[in-house]
Formats: sequence, C-alpha cells, structure tokens
Amino acid sequence: MKAAVITFPGSNCDRDLAVAFEAAGAEVTRVWHKDAALPEGVDIVGIPGGFSFGDYLRCGAIAARSPIASAVINHAERGGYVLGVCNGFQVLVETGLLPGVLMRNAGLKFICKPVALEVATTDSAFTSGYQKGQHAVIPVAHHDGNYQADAETLAMLDAEDRVAFRYVDNPNGSQNAIAGILSANRRVLGMMPHPERAVSAEHGGTDGQALFAGVMGALALT
Amino acid sequence: MKARVHVMLKTGVLDPQGEAVRHALGALGFDGVEAVRQGKVIELDLAETDRAAAEVAVKAMCEKLLANTVIERYEVELV
Repeated sequence: MKAAVITFPGSNCDRDLAVAFEAAGAEVTRVWHKDAALPEGVDIVGIPGGFSFGDYLRCGAIAARSPIASAVINHAERGGYVLGVCNGFQVLVETGLLPGVLMRNAGLKFICKPVALEVATTDSAFTSGYQKGQHAVIPVAHHDGNYQADAETLAMLDAEDRVAFRYVDNPNGSQNAIAGILSANRRVLGMMPHPERAVSAEHGGTDGQALFAGVMGALALT
Repeated sequence: MKARVHVMLKTGVLDPQGEAVRHALGALGFDGVEAVRQGKVIELDLAETDRAAAEVAVKAMCEKLLANTVIERYEVELV
C-alpha cells in the first residue's frame, strides 16, 4: 500500500500519521501543500491534524483551496482512499468531499483527552477491523469539532450508514454525537479523534491500530 | 475600489461564541441583550473600477472561499 501524507503550514500531526501508516506496513511519501500532484500510484492520502494556515478565516478553509487539495479531490473522485483526521476532517468538509461543517465546541473549550467512540458501521475499509458497536478509546484534541449539518444531510448519513464513529459521551455538541463520517463510496473518512495517537502501547492505547490495519487489508485485496 | 464583505452565520445556526458574549454582557450588568450573533468583516482593495464587475468578482470570492455557505450568509458592500 502506498500512502501520501500531506503537510500544510501549521500541520502538526503529519509525522504521527506517517508513522502510523508505516507501522501498518505502508510505504509513505510526505507531500508538501504546494505540490500540484500526488506521487504516482498512491492508494491513500492522509490529511493530518494541526492548525493549517493558522486556522485563519475558517479551520481548513485555506488548505482546502491549496494546490495539493485539487489533486486530493481528483484522487477521491477517481475512487482513491482519503483519511482526514481532526484538521484533516475540517479540510475535507471545506473541499466538499464530505458534507456538513465543524464548528466551535459547544462548551467553547479546547478538548484534549482520550474519549470512547462507538463503531457505528463496519462497512468500510477503515472500520472493517472493528466490531459494530465496539467501543474504541481514541484521543481527541480540538477546539472546533462540533459536527453540524442540516436535517436532510443527517438523515442521509444515517440512511446510507455513513456515520463511522459516534462519541459515547458527546464532548463537543456534535449533532447525533457524530465523530467521523464516510463519503458515499465509503472511501473517504473524516474524523475528529486521532487514531494515529493510539497505535502503540507507549501512546497509552492501541485502539487506533485496527483502523490502519483495516485500510491495509482492504488495499491489499484490490 | 474597496469592497466590504460581511459574513454572518445563517439564522438558526448555533453560535456558541455569540452566546458566550451575551453571557459576558449580562455579567457586566448590561441587561436586556436578548441575543448576540458574531460575524466577520473582510475588506478588500480591488484594482477593478467597474462596480458591476467588482460585485460579480467579490460574490464569486465569497462563494469559493470567504464564506462557507453551508452555515454562513454574506453581504457585499462596495465603498
């Protein structure tokens, strides 16, 4: 599996995400935001957490209009896999690859702690390594993770089984306790919690490993 | 020509920051503030001198970048 991890000015989880992909067995290329193209033969693009462009204007807004973002959109439209974590999720909603928006946490505080997630569907490469309804403990670290969408979009996400993870104890006011959602073709996942921060015993937990292993397994079959 | 863009959350979209400001005003003794909505003002200096063309261009900027029309509405003012 070939993975590309993008770095924007202000990204700070890019190396962690690359390490997590490597630990799962992927060959990882690091890509700069000014690059107009992804490396040849990339299977999955990782959009990392952080504060791209200082969160100026809106979180993820400027990154979503960077040169590499066009390449990521083309990759996704061709059926390529994309994983956006935290700021990466914010970038994905700003590109329009995923619906809805991420607003300021309902309690207005930056939240940084491990939280329990319920695996809402196993019908995706990202969640195939979990059991449906399983609780996975994954850290969150965000100020703007409050997922909001109109009633129609929320109903569609439920009807199409596109909610990947829900918070067991909603920390940020997200509608329907949504922590992560999938694209219509189930190959783009955006999530606020950081699975790359839960892939080794030294992290204090390994519940994120199954996500990377699941992607690895799915891509080995294609 | 200068343009001023006002970006506000749409009616009905929760504004936790506006709500926090409302609480703070209440704590300062400013009674009777029933709602606070917080938005942004973006000022642009444009080379364009034609008003109609400027308005079209700034609206395109709003749609593409300056506002997230899922949750925000915008108004363009040419000054």
